[in-house]
Amino acid sequence: MTIILELRSITKAFPGVLANDHIDLQLEEGGILALLGENGAGKTTLMNILYGLYKPDEGEILIRGQKVEIHGPNDAIAHGIGMVHQHFMLIPVMTVTENVMLGVEPTRSGIILDKSKVAARIREISEQYNLEVEPDAYVKDLPVGIQQRVEIIKVLYREADILILDEPTAVLTPQEVESLFSILKTLIAKGKSIIFITHKLKEVMAIADRITVLRAGRTVGTVLPKEVNPEKLATMMVGREVNLVVHKNPPRPKDIALEVKELFVRDERKNLTVNGISFDVHKGEVLGIAGVQGNGQTELVYALTGLLPFESGEIHLLGKNMHRPTPRQILERGVAHVPEDRQKHGLVMSFPIYDNLVLCNYYLPPFAKGASLQQRVIISNGDNLIKQFDVRTPSGQVAVSTLSGGNQQKVIVAREFSRPIQLLIASQPTRGLDVGSIEYIHSRIIEKRDAGTAVLVVSSELDEIMALSDRIAVMYRGQIMEIVEASKASKEYVGLLMAGIHPSEAQKAAAEAEQGTEVERVF
Amino acid sequence: MEDKGNQSDKQKEEKRVSGLVNNLLLPLLAVLTGLLAGAVIIAITNVDALTAWGHFFQSPLKALSATWSAVATAYSALFLGAIGNPRAIVSAFQTYFATGQTDTLYKAIYPFTESLVTATPYIFAGLAVALGFRGGLFNIGAEGQFYVGALGSCYIGYSITTLPWFIHLPLALLGGALAGAIWGAIPGYLKAKFGAHEVVTTIMMNYVAMLLTSWLLEGPMKASGYRPVTPTIQTTAELPRFFPDPLRFNWGFFLGLAAAAFVYWFLFKTTLGFEIRAVGSNPDAAKYAGMSVVKNFVLVMALSGALAGLAGSAVVLGPDLWIGEGFSGGYGFDSIALALLGNSHPVGVVLAALLFGILRFGATSMQSLAGIPIDIISVIQSLIIIFVAAPEIIRWLYRLRNIRVEQTVLTRGWG
Repeated sequence: MTIILELRSITKAFPGVLANDHIDLQLEEGGILALLGENGAGKTTLMNILYGLYKPDEGEILIRGQKVEIHGPNDAIAHGIGMVHQHFMLIPVMTVTENVMLGVEPTRSGIILDKSKVAARIREISEQYNLEVEPDAYVKDLPVGIQQRVEIIKVLYREADILILDEPTAVLTPQEVESLFSILKTLIAKGKSIIFITHKLKEVMAIADRITVLRAGRTVGTVLPKEVNPEKLATMMVGREVNLVVHKNPPRPKDIALEVKELFVRDERKNLTVNGISFDVHKGEVLGIAGVQGNGQTELVYALTGLLPFESGEIHLLGKNMHRPTPRQILERGVAHVPEDRQKHGLVMSFPIYDNLVLCNYYLPPFAKGASLQQRVIISNGDNLIKQFDVRTPSGQVAVSTLSGGNQQKVIVAREFSRPIQLLIASQPTRGLDVGSIEYIHSRIIEKRDAGTAVLVVSSELDEIMALSDRIAVMYRGQIMEIVEASKASKEYVGLLMAGIHPSEAQKAAAEAEQGTEVERVF
Repeated sequence: MEDKGNQSDKQKEEKRVSGLVNNLLLPLLAVLTGLLAGAVIIAITNVDALTAWGHFFQSPLKALSATWSAVATAYSALFLGAIGNPRAIVSAFQTYFATGQTDTLYKAIYPFTESLVTATPYIFAGLAVALGFRGGLFNIGAEGQFYVGALGSCYIGYSITTLPWFIHLPLALLGGALAGAIWGAIPGYLKAKFGAHEVVTTIMMNYVAMLLTSWLLEGPMKASGYRPVTPTIQTTAELPRFFPDPLRFNWGFFLGLAAAAFVYWFLFKTTLGFEIRAVGSNPDAAKYAGMSVVKNFVLVMALSGALAGLAGSAVVLGPDLWIGEGFSGGYGFDSIALALLGNSHPVGVVLAALLFGILRFGATSMQSLAGIPIDIISVIQSLIIIFVAAPEIIRWLYRLRNIRVEQTVLTRGWG
């Protein structure tokens, strides 16, 4: 097979960081190359160099054996390179056609937009690559999986031969991931070449022809999927052996810590996003709330932690009915909250680590005597937690903003887990973290459960839900589809519930899938 | 292992250096650049220098020397006017220690002490704006709070006649602080309750305060006589002066320093200060941590208003002793710039206030001695602020590019 794209010895330094250190990479024509690495390994920097957004300090780019210079996205597109970003670059209020033609608008006699020509071309592309999309639909009305297809069509419309997909599965349901994979297979069958950026091991094993692993800006190696297994890939990525499976004993649930009855919550735009939810969490168990992002989980957690008032229903916390609770009342009843958006809610980025570690209890002894802060206690508390929770930092005095995402999350976990707590609410606790940090945070959560804390984990990552939960509640459009025992639920079944398939049908479909029958795709 | 240790030391060192650059070097360079740019403006507005440049090809040296002398005259007048003649000061002290003669001494230290008198309200008002910034609020209303603070102090100062000074003076100060606090708390409450943006409401409150002052000077608080001024305050309400007239240097300056120390302690050493800074830097995280964001809006604006009010008190109870039309001279507005220059830190604010005091007072003698219009000082002040607000210019000018510094966010825009 011919090599369509080759990067040789690409080096890029930012002040204080060597983001790419002599990276080599080869993409075969008609193949899928997975670029695997932890956050901060240099994947995105490398792709931005390839897309012309950064200029490399050293190294060269060869396309079909020809050395090329890429000075900007336009050059990249001219060379047939297309990029599907992790965060879609679409304008929601425009139609698919308008989004696709944006930047390369064809006109009739110079001034009149020729939308029908674009729409026809979109239909052609859709047919050719099995990408069903309605050209006249508004992007805002489309599910995330379809929006991603629009991005892919955009790239194909610009006649790209090399597609770069940056963490394309982060926002998709398991079913959507499968349909994306079948699209990718169609694409390579028609001669396109793909670079697939990810840190998810299972996806890599499922789709890639070859895998290039990066660590700390260097190429660790390039392997074929059949030569390796997830454990080995994880070791290559992290540089040490990693436990991929969360080891846990059977739960020993005790009394109810949190009881939610018929809860209705409106979000800030007054839309009813939590639509009559009831469930309970016992001490000593993990209840996982599964669901695709944006099905009311965020608002549910906000209501439980006092960040958003709820419309009606009841929240009983450790036996007490909470009417219009404030965040402080909830905290003081022994609730820890690892928030979904760590930079928005979890941390004051400009504050030192020490101050962030007492963000919720700075006003209580021993951290305060009356109105005066006890700096010495705050510092010694911080030094202890930094050591105990393995936060990698030169000092506790530096602003949290200087830490990596994983270490920022460790600061939050250290703060929340070190308080005396009865209930832990963890929302997307490992989002965007690397394998090593995920392993660490998962084991801490199970530790808390075994110590008799009630744990509520909200995650859109199905693997995480399956790994941590004792019971799983699946949320869809503000309601709970079903609550199932984790030991009895298959991943396929929970995935179908997440997509809004009724439990009885989901059960049937999941059973069929197990027998090897082709499941009808949801989208 | 050793490698790691070295690296973290290096990072610490880099962090320390970049902190130093951010907090000291940049403002200093901004001041320097402002003065240099001011020199250019002085040179191109000077008739002699311009004429000399007209004959540049006949006598190039003359053009340069005329320019130099224009700038040198202006800045030395500024220096002499604001600080005094160093040699005269030293010899005056010698005479004083030798003979106990005070006349020459007072004359020699007059410029510097008067600069400190000018700096005093700047300290208070600068602290007011800085405290607002720390709490995430843009208090444009320092000017209005300054006026009502002065009015409050002035009224208590002249209307009560039977109190001993140790009650009357604190009462007058308290009156000023309270009036300012109320004036500040109103926009704070409007923001907390209705989400009205404090920039808009404080600007409006400024107009109300200024027009209120005009009305009071024409009516209820008018002294007997023709001019729209208040009566002079009782001597028991005056901030005691250290030297006989015309030196007006008084307790106010040291009260300002005490206020700075208090604000420092309050912001960085108390639980309330912790809350204010947390709310100011990230209200979402503050709410998550159980702090009341709206309570903090009112608290910060009230405290900020109290400090700005005290700036007014310091003027009326210290040097002025009564209020007339246009009596502020823009202290409240200048203090916004000053808080920026001082990086919203109490120590920075005191240093910036001293600079502004020196520039403002020195400007008067620059006008009388060198014939340079007083407005040139406003231009220089504005230039300094532009350079502070756009540190990239300074980095570019002095090739400081390679040192990376995170952005300090003062306020988070609108809303």
